Amino acid sequence: MNKTREYIIERLLFLCAAITVFTTISIILVLLVEAVGFFQEVSIIDFLTDKEWTPLFADKHFGILPLVCGTLLTTFIAISVALPIGLTIAIYLSEYAPKSFRKIFKPLLEVLAAVPTVVYGFFALLVVSPFLQKFFPEMSGFNSLSAGIVMGIMIIPFISSLSEDALYAVPKSLREAAYGMGSTRFQTAFKVTVPAASSGIVVSIILALSRAIGETMIVAIAAGQQPRLTLDPTVPIETITAYIVQVSMGDVPHGSLEYKTIFAAGITLFVFTFILNNISFYIKKKYQEKYD
Amino acid sequence: MTNATKNRLIDKTFLMFGILATLFGIVILCIFIGNIFADGISRLSFDFLESLPSRKPEKAGILTAWTGTLWILGLTTLVAFPLGVGAGIYLEEYAKKGWLSNILEINIANLAGVPSIIYGLLGLEIFVRVMGLGGSLLAGSFTLSLLILPIIIVSTREAIKAVPKSIKEAAFALGATKWQAIWSQILPASMGGILTGVILSISRAIGETAPLIVVGALAYVPFVAKSPMDEFTVLPIQIFNWVSRPQHGFIVNAAAAILILLSITFVMNGIAVYLRNRWQKKVKW
Repeated sequence: MNKTREYIIERLLFLCAAITVFTTISIILVLLVEAVGFFQEVSIIDFLTDKEWTPLFADKHFGILPLVCGTLLTTFIAISVALPIGLTIAIYLSEYAPKSFRKIFKPLLEVLAAVPTVVYGFFALLVVSPFLQKFFPEMSGFNSLSAGIVMGIMIIPFISSLSEDALYAVPKSLREAAYGMGSTRFQTAFKVTVPAASSGIVVSIILALSRAIGETMIVAIAAGQQPRLTLDPTVPIETITAYIVQVSMGDVPHGSLEYKTIFAAGITLFVFTFILNNISFYIKKKYQEKYD
Repeated sequence: MTNATKNRLIDKTFLMFGILATLFGIVILCIFIGNIFADGISRLSFDFLESLPSRKPEKAGILTAWTGTLWILGLTTLVAFPLGVGAGIYLEEYAKKGWLSNILEINIANLAGVPSIIYGLLGLEIFVRVMGLGGSLLAGSFTLSLLILPIIIVSTREAIKAVPKSIKEAAFALGATKWQAIWSQILPASMGGILTGVILSISRAIGETAPLIVVGALAYVPFVAKSPMDEFTVLPIQIFNWVSRPQHGFIVNAAAAILILLSITFVMNGIAVYLRNRWQKKVKW
């Protein structure tokens, strides 16, 4: 009696865990099947080399480059904001700040990551863009600069919290040895603890990058919806994610080529984040517990 | 200037930078909320909460949006809570170390990094088309459940891991079966950590916009959802819709709706932090 019950429960719990595997398989299958349908109508060479993306216009072009370019541009701006600030916060909190200060401010900063992204979009479009236009009067109301900056603020806690964890985990003895030889906190931080925690810091940066690449609402609201192959941060662009939202807002019939484009865009996005996630996973496995 | 004074100067300068950078994040957050408060507080009223959407900003309200958000909250919790905790228990207590548990672990780490909009595409194809649920509340909650499953699993595992082995061994010594030990000893002891993770992940689901747009949630729904099969809208989608309109009245509405959304998010996060602290204090091994 007990034995069968135990067996049934174990099987049920196993099914719960197996759902995660089904999810991954379904994601890959769904993206592949629809993308294969797409590539039967559009050659993959056009997709990778054409410099225009206009699937919703009469003159259709299917070059993913402008979308990829928009995605990388906003991601680059975001990481340029988040990396210096996030890393400085991490070093300050773990090496300089009193314990009580750290205990209050770490969770407080994590609130930044808990704010829904649509709220950040509101902020980028209606506060940051008008503010930046005071300095760059010719800048468009929709631009990658304000979207990127706000996205950077959003991912600060990814870098600051995870890097701080890594720095905090460096054994005290290493720090004490550096102090004993007369180093300042700054020298200790940059010559000893940061190098020792470098794998953890790199992982935090990669996670932040992957988050920025997949971020949707900020760019859909504030960066415009005009796919454009440019590195100019003051003009409207479109990211892969924003394109998927743009198509989903309209009424696109199932099975049409427009419908398939969102899956072709989706699989491109998936490949980017999949590679980044696996790099971070590899680094974590390979370099962790170095000091234990 | 000697080397030592120079080094001390650099040290002090970096200290200033550190304080500035930390405060920067907090200050920006305050500016955000202050700005939205200034824009939206005048619009907040019971009328706003009880009105249906409308073409005229003064008449438009968020009744359909916040009821939709509550539906999503309830349904997503019902689906994701048992599945996530169950998977967490299996991985922590049952799965034997080996290639299978390795694959499951790598897989969950990977799923946690998949952008939310990809889950939207998955939901669109599987729940909306193949299962024929259409753009319903059920399709939306299933999609969000899959999205937050990895977070719940990871926090469940950590909470269970924190329970000392001796508790389980004592239960076994008294003749408990594995499930009895888990159900009446390990789960109660780790409930604080598990609930914290569940609440945080649900609060994330409440704020999600992109996957629901892809699944087919509508910006304009003129009625309150009555069953899980109804079409729906949620607060973030209503906000997105209003932000993209030119009239100033809608911007004010968006700010007011954001105030509601943020209060829900912050209250849930507050409960999670409170639970975490309470359990940490209460349970001492």
